[in-house]
Amino acid sequence: MNRFVLPLAVFVLMVGLLGYGLRLDPKKVPSPLIDKPAPAFSLTMLDDPSRQLSTADMSGQVWVLNVWASWCVSCRAEHEVISVLANRNLVTVVGLNYKDEPADAARWLKQFGNPYATSVIDRDGRVGIDWGVYGVPETFVIGADGMIKYKHIGPVTHESLEQKIMPVLKELLS
Amino acid sequence: MIPEIGQFALIIALSIALIQALVPLAGASLGVQRWIALARPAALGQLLFVGISYACLTWAFISHDFSVLYVAKNSNSALPLIYRISGVWGSHEGSLLLWSLVLALWTGAVAVFTPNVPSAMRARVLAVLGLVSCGFLLFIIITSNPFERLFPAAAEGSDLNPLLQDIGLAIHPPMLYLGYVGFSVAFAFSIAALISGQVDSAWARWSRPWTNIAWLFLTLGIALGSWWAYYELGWGGWWFWDPVENASFMPWLVGIALMHSLAITEKRGTFKAWTALLAIFAFSLSLLGTFLVRSGVLTSVHAFASDPERGIFILGFLVLVVGGSLTLYAWRAPLLKSAAQTSLFSRDGALLLNNVFLTVATSAILLGTLYPIAIDAMGGKISVGPPYFNLMFVTLTAPLGVLMGIGMLIRWKSDSLGRLVSKLKIPALVVLVLALLLSLALPQWMWGAYLGISMALWIAVTAGIAIYERFHNRALLSTLRSTPAGFYGMLFGHLGIGVFIIGVTLTSLYNQEKDLRMAPGDTYSVAGYEFTFHGVRDFNVDNYVATRGGFTVRSESGDFKVDLFPEKRTYPVQTMPMTEAAIDAGLARDLFIALGEPLDKEGAWAVRIYYKPFIRWIWLGAIIMAVGGLFAASDRRYRRLARSTSVDTEAVERAA
Amino acid sequence: MRRLLLLFLFVLWVAPLQAAIEAYEFESVQMEADYKKLINELRCLVCQNQNLSGSDADLAQDLRRETYEMLQAGKSPQQVVEFMVERYGDFVLYRPQFKSTTYLLWLGPFLLLLLVLYLLVRRLRAANKPVEVDAAAMAEAKLLLEDKEPGK
Repeated sequence: MNRFVLPLAVFVLMVGLLGYGLRLDPKKVPSPLIDKPAPAFSLTMLDDPSRQLSTADMSGQVWVLNVWASWCVSCRAEHEVISVLANRNLVTVVGLNYKDEPADAARWLKQFGNPYATSVIDRDGRVGIDWGVYGVPETFVIGADGMIKYKHIGPVTHESLEQKIMPVLKELLS
Repeated sequence: MIPEIGQFALIIALSIALIQALVPLAGASLGVQRWIALARPAALGQLLFVGISYACLTWAFISHDFSVLYVAKNSNSALPLIYRISGVWGSHEGSLLLWSLVLALWTGAVAVFTPNVPSAMRARVLAVLGLVSCGFLLFIIITSNPFERLFPAAAEGSDLNPLLQDIGLAIHPPMLYLGYVGFSVAFAFSIAALISGQVDSAWARWSRPWTNIAWLFLTLGIALGSWWAYYELGWGGWWFWDPVENASFMPWLVGIALMHSLAITEKRGTFKAWTALLAIFAFSLSLLGTFLVRSGVLTSVHAFASDPERGIFILGFLVLVVGGSLTLYAWRAPLLKSAAQTSLFSRDGALLLNNVFLTVATSAILLGTLYPIAIDAMGGKISVGPPYFNLMFVTLTAPLGVLMGIGMLIRWKSDSLGRLVSKLKIPALVVLVLALLLSLALPQWMWGAYLGISMALWIAVTAGIAIYERFHNRALLSTLRSTPAGFYGMLFGHLGIGVFIIGVTLTSLYNQEKDLRMAPGDTYSVAGYEFTFHGVRDFNVDNYVATRGGFTVRSESGDFKVDLFPEKRTYPVQTMPMTEAAIDAGLARDLFIALGEPLDKEGAWAVRIYYKPFIRWIWLGAIIMAVGGLFAASDRRYRRLARSTSVDTEAVERAA
Repeated sequence: MRRLLLLFLFVLWVAPLQAAIEAYEFESVQMEADYKKLINELRCLVCQNQNLSGSDADLAQDLRRETYEMLQAGKSPQQVVEFMVERYGDFVLYRPQFKSTTYLLWLGPFLLLLLVLYLLVRRLRAANKPVEVDAAAMAEAKLLLEDKEPGK
């Protein structure tokens, strides 16, 4: 081993890194909120503006928070999958209607079907900021202890539902 | 039909490139003259066919052939002719074809303009270039065919990205590629020399002009990109340390190191292995840049639509080319011996230090660029941005400012500290005092400004001394004639850096920025100028709709007045809003107005006003540097018959 | 799956490249400077590689508003940074924090510089020790020189 081999060695390391990097998605930012208490909110329900839902109401149970909006194209794509999850009646699925017009949101639910136990309105996106939402849709799994256990960024597919979300839910529910 | 010809020409070019890569290389090793002689016609033939292919794609753009997928995606029948021509390199596939064309042009130039280089050497150089070309042509043909047809043809194209519909950005990529790809020549010379074992003064002399020219194009390309970002993006910045910007900046820095190290190797026959390695680095970093831009491994403002498949191809190519050359280097470089000793206290030493700081600064940029991937691989995510790069770059290159001045005056081989100190102590004092006076004249005292101005003055004063030493007590005309162009190259290159330093320092320290709500009739004052807003009006232009704001700017003293019209444009096909800032440019300051959004029904708008002192000096510096590169490349020595001057050192080496 | 991914990207990449201009009023020059520094050094998460000040994306606007309101409420810039990191992680910082995972990033270049300078000086010293010249080799070199020169 002499010093002339050094550049080659550094290069090999770098290629390894770059090759590995190709398999990563630079746009997916892991949430620092995992295993932290779910940020509290108390928001108006979309289906009944006279009532509020707060995180405290959900304590003691495992639940799912799905961030959606009627203007979000890929929310429509994951709508079917969220419905599958809701129909299994394993957990309560709450929708966070993010930066949307309530009228548009209601129309959207009517048109495609409402998978949510209820949806709450985050009109100006402040709760979204507290939850670290940066791209809609996003899906959170919250444990009975009120901790965020899992976060899915982007549309949930059948594949990611079965392979990522269901195992987390099963473990929490067992 | 014409697109098919284009694609066919590409395949022929690939076949020729394959021949160009293999036959001359074998010929040079086995000493078969006929095989060696094949290099030149192959290089020119490849150029011809890549040229035909490129012309076909351009024709598809000009004639609005929307049955070609790439044209349909990147053009539109309302697109002006000039952007149809530049649209060819507006996206991934076409820009790769431009890359290949530029490579073929450089290859052709090497084939024609190297009468002094022995034919075996030239054959090897052309073979290496042919190999690189094979990789890129294969890449285009396999993963990124720009001639792919669309059935049925689109009725209308979806238009060129509006950001690219600008003259600055239209010529930025060709300049940049001429630079990037130009380093392939120095690379090929280095590989050829490592293969043959002839890493010597003659080799350095052959490599120098090619390196200079590539570097000067890269300088202009980067400066154009930065200038464009400044006036087009409306955020008033000129550099963001984006991975893609870094990808062009790293080869540029290594290019400077290489030019200086080639100078030592040519003059003194030393540090051959290091010089050969730098030549490999410069081009490798260009290739790495291609990988970063096109693989999607990093997020960047400039990234092309990325595709991991392409990423894998380029990575494989990178392994082949860079890994191959570094292996060759590890094998051959230990055999190289220096012909002379080096003292740190000499011009050789100063140039070496220059290389140290430049390569370490480059490493810092590389580290910062790739670090997020490493963290990602460990399961985290971080961002490394301007605050990091500014700090690293400024601290690691600041010593170069001082070194540059000394380097111009110190002697080759060895010098004495006493001689230098006695020569430089008065100029140094003058610089420090003069810089103090100038900094005190600025609106506010800042240490950064003092340092920046001192450095720029130091470069200017030492350049002045260098001129004086060369010309005093000599006949002006004959000295002018006998002074090598390389000397002027050095002067301009260094003075360009000085001008650049002034621009960067003063702009970043004294710029003023104001975001305002302005209703028609409102006046606001920034940095001694009064900005009055008159309201907006709508216009229909070729392929976009513009909302144009009217402003009058007066200096408070009343001796200056100008009308400025910033625009907001909407391109209906891509439904993309664009900010078109209005700038009153000046050597001492730019006034910059950008229009935001309408705020209310009374006609008030969000408006951004910038006052940017000395920002033009940044690009002016780059132009002066490029002129330096041109001078350096035009030195008569490079055209004279080779193998004469440094025969003695070579002979000693061979005997040893 | 591919198509879905494209849709997803489409939603994320609604942010056009253009100046984001808001007419916030500031109580003090210091606060304005803090605000500008913050939005220049905080990353817009949904954008390609832009800071908050350079993006017109929806989220960037919200986060600028959040930054502005926190400063107005008397929070320090450090508190704003902590607020952002709590929610979005280290990714939002263009100025990476100095901690165990970034020691190499912050110190690496300077260590490299010292190492290279040390090696360079050591090598030059070693190389410049007087070398015993092989008399035979010298003689041969001379011969070669003479051989080469006549052509000149």
